[in-house]
Amino acid sequence: MSTALLGRKVGMTQIFREDGTCIPVTVLSVGPCEVVQVKKADGPDGYSAVQLGYEKAKPKNVTKPLTGHFQKAGVAPKKVLREFRTEVNDARGVGDKVTVGIFGDVKFVDVIGTSKGRGFAGTVKRYGFSIGGKGHGSMKGRRPGSIGMHTWPGRVWKGKRMGGHFGAARITAKNLKVVEVNEEHDMLLVSGSVPGPNGGLVVVQKAKTAKVK
Amino acid sequence: MRNRLIELAEKSSHPVSKHHFEIGDTVQVFVRIVEGDKSREQRFEGTVIRIRGAGTSATFTVRRVVGGAGIERVFPLHSPNVASVKVKGHGKIRRAKLYFLRERVGKRTKLKERIVRKVAAEGSKPRSRSRSKSKTKSSEASE
Repeated sequence: MSTALLGRKVGMTQIFREDGTCIPVTVLSVGPCEVVQVKKADGPDGYSAVQLGYEKAKPKNVTKPLTGHFQKAGVAPKKVLREFRTEVNDARGVGDKVTVGIFGDVKFVDVIGTSKGRGFAGTVKRYGFSIGGKGHGSMKGRRPGSIGMHTWPGRVWKGKRMGGHFGAARITAKNLKVVEVNEEHDMLLVSGSVPGPNGGLVVVQKAKTAKVK
Repeated sequence: MRNRLIELAEKSSHPVSKHHFEIGDTVQVFVRIVEGDKSREQRFEGTVIRIRGAGTSATFTVRRVVGGAGIERVFPLHSPNVASVKVKGHGKIRRAKLYFLRERVGKRTKLKERIVRKVAAEGSKPRSRSRSKSKTKSSEASE
């Protein structure tokens, strides 16, 4: 069952509960999305899925092929289109609205986002290597140190962790607790942090490996 | 400016104007402490030297001097564990943060008292979050 929606990360805050404990939460603006296309297992596509559109786009910013795609579905142009696999018996049709209400009785969600880009990062930031001494003539600093042995093997192992491009990758934050679902304002509160910057696009879906509770 | 949705999310967590006090006030803070299944209230009395932050993360700092040693406690402004704050008196102040009190010893740790005539009006005045600092300043200027 595809209990998934598109949204944006708004930011983080904290919330007090009655017993005085304070929990960190991420505020997500999720949906509403519209079904733009439905794919059926017994149709030409051979698998079942829905294509969701999110955020209204100005018609002048939509390419002509996509304009035709939206016209066929009879929905207003959207900025983001994303396809989600569904169960065979999924009843949603083209033009249906999907809101944050689908998470009403969901306890845990996975949130997929694009992490903040760090550019070319060293081993300390990228892999959490320890840093060396800073003073007394130490030349270690943030250098990675030795990257291998000597005559044998005479090369560096494949996959050796070194500096390189870090971040701006698809990251899934799994099993985040749903704190609040606000259908009126299309708002979802989840416990803990979510990958990406504020305003970044996220996919929220029912947790795939839900905890037993 | 804070985001509309973030404020909405915090709304359920902090009833606005739960406590009424200002910088320089002498207050009694009652903190709920849960031990096992019993809960009791602990009192801490002192001068409010700082109110900082916005939204649910706002805190205030209360300073008192016990036996020559200064003690400061930071309380979350909107925590349900801060059961109540009782204002015992108002201090005459000219700034938003009273860090200068930390350098003072003995009698000089006390602020001059500011007498507020309309006590009833004071209680009903909504304290618009931590922005009361500017309010305090303007009332000082008019005196």
